[in-house]
Amino acid sequence: MAVVFQKTKGLTDKETHYCPGCTHGIIHRLVAEVLEELDVLGDTIGVAPVGCSVLAYDYFNCDMQEASHGRAPAVATGIKRVQPDKVVFTYQGDGDLASIGTAEIVHVAHRGEKITTIFVNNAIYGMTGGQMAPTTLIGQRATTAPLGRTVEHSGMPLRVSEMLATIDGAAFVERVSVDTPANIRKTKKAIKEAFQCQIDRKGFSIVEVLSTCPTNWGMTPIDALKWLADNLIPYYPIGNFRRPGEEK
Amino acid sequence: MLNERVICAGFGGQGVMLMGQLISYAGMIEGKEVSWLPSYGPEMRGGTANCSVMVSERPIGSPVITDDATVAIVMNLPSLDKFEQDIINEGKIIINSSLIEKKTSRADLKAYYVPANEIAVELGNPRVANMVMLGAFLELTKTVGTDSVMMALKKIFGESKAHLMAINEEAMKRGAASING
Amino acid sequence: MAKVLMKGNEAIGAAAIKAGCKYFFGYPITPQNELPEYMSREMPKVGGVFLQAESEVSAINMVYGASGAGARVMTSSSSPGIALKQEGITYIAGAELPCVIVNIVRGGPGLGGIQPAQSDYNQVTRGGGNGDYKLLVYAPANLQEMVDLMQEAFDAADYYRNPVMMVGDGMIGQMMEPIEFKESKSRFELPLKDWVTTGTKEARKPNIINSLFLDPAELENHNIRLQAKYDAMKENEVKYEAYNLENAEIVIVAYGTTSRIVRNAIIDLKEQGINVGLIRPITLWPFPEKAFDLIPDSCKSVLSVEMSMGQMIDDIKIASNGRWPVHFYGRSGGMIPTPEGIIGKVKELVGGAK
Repeated sequence: MAVVFQKTKGLTDKETHYCPGCTHGIIHRLVAEVLEELDVLGDTIGVAPVGCSVLAYDYFNCDMQEASHGRAPAVATGIKRVQPDKVVFTYQGDGDLASIGTAEIVHVAHRGEKITTIFVNNAIYGMTGGQMAPTTLIGQRATTAPLGRTVEHSGMPLRVSEMLATIDGAAFVERVSVDTPANIRKTKKAIKEAFQCQIDRKGFSIVEVLSTCPTNWGMTPIDALKWLADNLIPYYPIGNFRRPGEEK
Repeated sequence: MLNERVICAGFGGQGVMLMGQLISYAGMIEGKEVSWLPSYGPEMRGGTANCSVMVSERPIGSPVITDDATVAIVMNLPSLDKFEQDIINEGKIIINSSLIEKKTSRADLKAYYVPANEIAVELGNPRVANMVMLGAFLELTKTVGTDSVMMALKKIFGESKAHLMAINEEAMKRGAASING
Repeated sequence: MAKVLMKGNEAIGAAAIKAGCKYFFGYPITPQNELPEYMSREMPKVGGVFLQAESEVSAINMVYGASGAGARVMTSSSSPGIALKQEGITYIAGAELPCVIVNIVRGGPGLGGIQPAQSDYNQVTRGGGNGDYKLLVYAPANLQEMVDLMQEAFDAADYYRNPVMMVGDGMIGQMMEPIEFKESKSRFELPLKDWVTTGTKEARKPNIINSLFLDPAELENHNIRLQAKYDAMKENEVKYEAYNLENAEIVIVAYGTTSRIVRNAIIDLKEQGINVGLIRPITLWPFPEKAFDLIPDSCKSVLSVEMSMGQMIDDIKIASNGRWPVHFYGRSGGMIPTPEGIIGKVKELVGGAK
């Protein structure tokens, strides 16, 4: 009988702890498939964050380190400086990267550290129970913004890709989304390009993936995908902000 | 028992750190217990520099001189004002009279006035004023031998500055002579 | 090898490189700046890497990553910077990674000052970070001892898979003293680092560097295992010096540069007919409790001399276990104890004891 589908060897057989409808699973699989397709799985070291994907070290089938909250880019720097020929990536959420870890992400880009960051932005703190993130939209409710985020109180949501794209050491910056099959295919393409950028030693590469959190958004998975398209994408436009050879 | 506690102080660039290091280095060559401790931090940014030097027969406790210097070598006026109070009763102070017109305000101190910059200029290199002061110090205290200082200087200078050895030695001699003269 | 006159911070760097340290991640703070500066010059010459991080927090996390990738790695800082590193240090201890952390202590609290102090005793021995963990903490009294202990520090870190801290103070960092770089042989049989994350080559299961154990039973087991390691350190790694204990009326406990000043005070006191002994902890953790069994019957009281408001005194009281009254003499904020001050305190105690 012909094999019609095979799970990537980039993922372990461990069942994930993610909520039903969560898009982490899709993004994990895309990263794992890219590592397999680039034939670097055995030479890759990943760094897991603190957040919903804290247990990512159990799911990726490569060597992994678990960082403290926000520090994954610093940990990845330490690994890469010791193992410059290996592929090193961080997998971080928006609380981890855009709040507590801003110094680390800015400076890993500033140094042009040859690592890849997968930045999963679902505009909320997932693991701790739906608190407001720097990326939470205006009017969006969170457990620490029960009436919805206001500009007066918390300022405007932070656009990380745009900010990092101003840094010369950031060789590849792209924002993508996993709300439709077409966008998922584009996401995989961007992730592949980001890793290739690292392998070619061009500098720091990051892919910001707009993602959902049905549980903390209080929606069905389908509604969450629609809410992403209707609300996140207009504020966080998808597209490439920087790639090697294209000076902006 | 030898237990010299020396403060070397002046403007940054006058070579006070080197002067202190040479005393320590020479002491080490002679098998004595030595330490050298610089001032550090914001006070260094104000342009004045100083270091504490210990040369002793017994292991050195604190390398810091608080108010118990046996000798102070001061190269500029702020250093005189700052450190003349930190010398023990009837201790010694060597004052660079080229840049300091004032006399020490302490009657108990044995004060020596050395026109270090003028002597250095006479020798053709104003930068050796520190070595003039060092020569005076060695002549006065015999803490370490001039030969040992020259050996230390040779180590610190290395090949690239070997040509400067002669003028430095001459500066030390002139400093020593200024004490006796 | 002949003696050289070297600044403490640079000697630490030279000794670390000699001990096989190839990676250094740091951040500027007085009074340890000459150490990262030295590493930036010297690391490239030995094929190593120096990197100035964006913060102490990042520097210690780079150490975490580098150590997990198999490197012999070091960082350095001074008190407020070490406070920032505590998060990283507890993760390193929890994930059982080897590294050496140098702390050139300055006065506190807060921004404090930049002059020498010993007010980080509690921070370094109690663990400034969360959880049940311990560092092996060395506190040498002079540059020679600092240099001599460096090889041991790296070896012990690798052997126990635990962070090791080397504690000096502004004096140790800034002063120049004669140093001899001796050849030393490791007393440890170092295990193979088969746990490092250097890529699986798809030939083995992934290695995971981690300090997260969500299952309470699993975390308790982890803690029990860590504790066994700390017990082994207590058994095998205690270092101290006992000086002039015979017939001592008073025994002073002092470490680091303070112990040097105490020693000179003891010599002066002896000339005046007062016999005072010294217990000098070389490891602050594990604390040399057994040294207190050497204190003779002649001893009437124990005196802690510190450059702090009194922190080690708690460990001295535990080690004394009520056998002697424990007194304190200290200076803080960058003020250095003088032999006269120590002698005065001893005389007060001797007089009081009569």
